[in-house]
Amino acid sequence: MLDVRGLKKVYEGSGRRVEAVRDLTFTVDAGELVCLVGPSGCGKTTLLKCVGGLLTPTAGEVLIEGRRVTGPPPDMAVVFQEYGRSLFPWMRVRENVELPLKQKKLSSARRRELVADALESVGLTDAAGAYPWQLSGGMQQRVAIARALAYEPDVLLMDEPFAAVDAQTRADLEDLVRGLWRQRGITILFVTHDIDEAVYLGERVLILSSSPTVVQEQLKIDLPAERDQLHTRVAPRFAELRTHVYEQIQAAKRGAPVDRLVKDVSSDTPPLH
Amino acid sequence: MKGVLPRGGVRGVLLRLFFVVALPAVLVAGWWIASDDSTDVYWPPLRTILTTFPDVWTGERLREDVLPSVLRLSAGYACAAVAGVALGTVIGSYRRVRAVCEPVLEFLRAVPPPVLVPVIMLFAGIGDTMKIAVIVSGCVWPILLNTVEGVRAVDSVMSETARSYGITGVARLRHLVLRSASPQIFAGLRQALSIGIILMVISEMFAASNGLGFTIVQFQRGFAIPDMWTGILLLGLLGFVLSVLFRLVERRVLGWYHGLRDVSRRSS
Repeated sequence: MLDVRGLKKVYEGSGRRVEAVRDLTFTVDAGELVCLVGPSGCGKTTLLKCVGGLLTPTAGEVLIEGRRVTGPPPDMAVVFQEYGRSLFPWMRVRENVELPLKQKKLSSARRRELVADALESVGLTDAAGAYPWQLSGGMQQRVAIARALAYEPDVLLMDEPFAAVDAQTRADLEDLVRGLWRQRGITILFVTHDIDEAVYLGERVLILSSSPTVVQEQLKIDLPAERDQLHTRVAPRFAELRTHVYEQIQAAKRGAPVDRLVKDVSSDTPPLH
Repeated sequence: MKGVLPRGGVRGVLLRLFFVVALPAVLVAGWWIASDDSTDVYWPPLRTILTTFPDVWTGERLREDVLPSVLRLSAGYACAAVAGVALGTVIGSYRRVRAVCEPVLEFLRAVPPPVLVPVIMLFAGIGDTMKIAVIVSGCVWPILLNTVEGVRAVDSVMSETARSYGITGVARLRHLVLRSASPQIFAGLRQALSIGIILMVISEMFAASNGLGFTIVQFQRGFAIPDMWTGILLLGLLGFVLSVLFRLVERRVLGWYHGLRDVSRRSS
């Protein structure tokens, strides 16, 4: 479904050259929920923007169902972390969800149907007439999710969507995303820096190294499909998995500087992992 | 104001009304008393001015002088708004265009529009076109420069959101860029309104056969001093009415912005 091959992104500007992503290769199968987790500042957002067609990679390519991504693909939706800056404050909730559908040239009856359905599935039917800034942070992010759902994407990209909401709201939103994924069979690529969140949500977790980023490890999450905040998070298997991911990330943090240091001395030393 | 007894739920409304009316009332009373026994020809009692008012501003005068002035102001203001927003959007959207235009804009906006009147007269004659051109030449700058700033300040996350949902081209302009810049655009429009009124009067003082400015100058030259004062009062009233109208429109269009600001002010 989603193929990322040899992705590399180097930012160049005013004499400085920053290699944000070095060489990323992974695939996401249709209907899979994959979490990307990595140390902060490891280029997760850069990666997501490349996948979403918002940034052009320096090398490598992103394919959706075999088609190469050169701009934002029409069958992909993105949910950003900054919900307050992603929803248009001059539009009511309903209009925010509907606007992308107008661009898709859907009939007004079909649009109404999709908007109502999307708002219902995030539990915001009553808020349709409100402005986003009249809602709490968690509700605003629900609106952003509803907008993505109404767009009927094959692939949904989520860029640390719950990093800016409080812990309880976050747990609710995690269950919401998992519920929607199971109901609708969308392919989701979920970027987070929260290890517990990655393990709780994902079918598979991709652990990224520090910048310049490579895939450090791919981990299958063999927890039951039916997950809930109360039991899953105290299950022994959950603890094992999260410990493993945690160790990997710590190693990534430690490894990267050492890795670079070694490289400076002799360039043929293999990476530590 | 005397004899009003604020009571019950009406109290708040009356109190607000009191605050609105109090200062104007004091000023008018002060003027009235100070000028009451004036024998100075140039400084007639307010009583005389007010009694002259209905005689001067008859239906015919309103139609022959006030209406043309207001129409020219509207035409000039509308042209300036369209041109300012359109050019400002282009300049604000492209860094290259901005780099080329900025020095010229700074120069042009620094030229006081009244000095352009003789120049514009050479090209546009002394008819309505000239007067409208004068109004446009002054009003367009605050609108244009504010639009440039507003368009430049479009949020990067909103911009990326729009891109990823295929909101591009005209739709992007309409739903994202102009809406996002609208608070700044309105700030420019508000400045332009007062400039427009000033230029409306000035353009009519140079070469005109009708209009508010023309009439006031005529009265002054004919030593009809109380009549002249009524003209000035009428101008003040016109400015007041226009700014009230402006505020009504602004509250409708920028309702979201004021709400958003209140919310963020409360939470911070």
